[in-house]
Amino acid sequence: MSIEVRIPTILRPLTGGEKSVEGTGDSLSGLIDDLEARFPGIKERLVEDGVLRRFVNVYINDEDVRFLGSLEAPLADGDSVVVLPAVAGG
Amino acid sequence: MLTIAQAAYDAIVAHAKRDHPDEACGIVAGPEGSDRPERVIEMINAAGSPTFYEFDSTELLALYKDLWDRDEEPVIVYHSHTATEAYPSRTDIGLAGEPGAHYVLVSTREHGNNPGPVEFRSYRIVEGNVTEEEVNVVEALPST
Repeated sequence: MSIEVRIPTILRPLTGGEKSVEGTGDSLSGLIDDLEARFPGIKERLVEDGVLRRFVNVYINDEDVRFLGSLEAPLADGDSVVVLPAVAGG
Repeated sequence: MLTIAQAAYDAIVAHAKRDHPDEACGIVAGPEGSDRPERVIEMINAAGSPTFYEFDSTELLALYKDLWDRDEEPVIVYHSHTATEAYPSRTDIGLAGEPGAHYVLVSTREHGNNPGPVEFRSYRIVEGNVTEEEVNVVEALPST
């Protein structure tokens, strides 16, 4: 089972510069744990206190995961995941 | 140093003045690795606020997918400050997510929606470190 994950520029130092990596998991949280095992440090950039960070956007098949159950959002083989930092400030 | 064409500079300033007193935001896209800010893309400030800006999450994804299709990247990420100087706020620094981009800040505090000069400044923001850089406005970017 394989899910394609698009990695934003700011996190590429953690993936050896790769723009896109493969992962597995039947939920977003499972996928993040799988990525953490191979790319240590990535989880804390995405998750804080057990919830998805407010200024990180994750999309499954182009849908914002906040509408899909956030970290519990289900995943299946062939899904495509995109991670993008929010463009925001004060 | 940021080198930007007069037309792109003027478009950013016009956007900032138009949206005052709310913060305006957008990017200037260019070919990946080129450092050429070619296409001004105005974004809606989903926060609709005089003290905060945020791209809408759906529009953010559509923007990046379009950039990837074109082999482009955000060369400039810009936004306005409407009551304070054109210097990155603590929030701007904490949330800066494009280490390769020029962060442009425009302050409309002096003339608001009206004609008149604005502060237009550019920074690199990498891992919480802010470095101001010179802004070089040219009639047109050199041809490639």
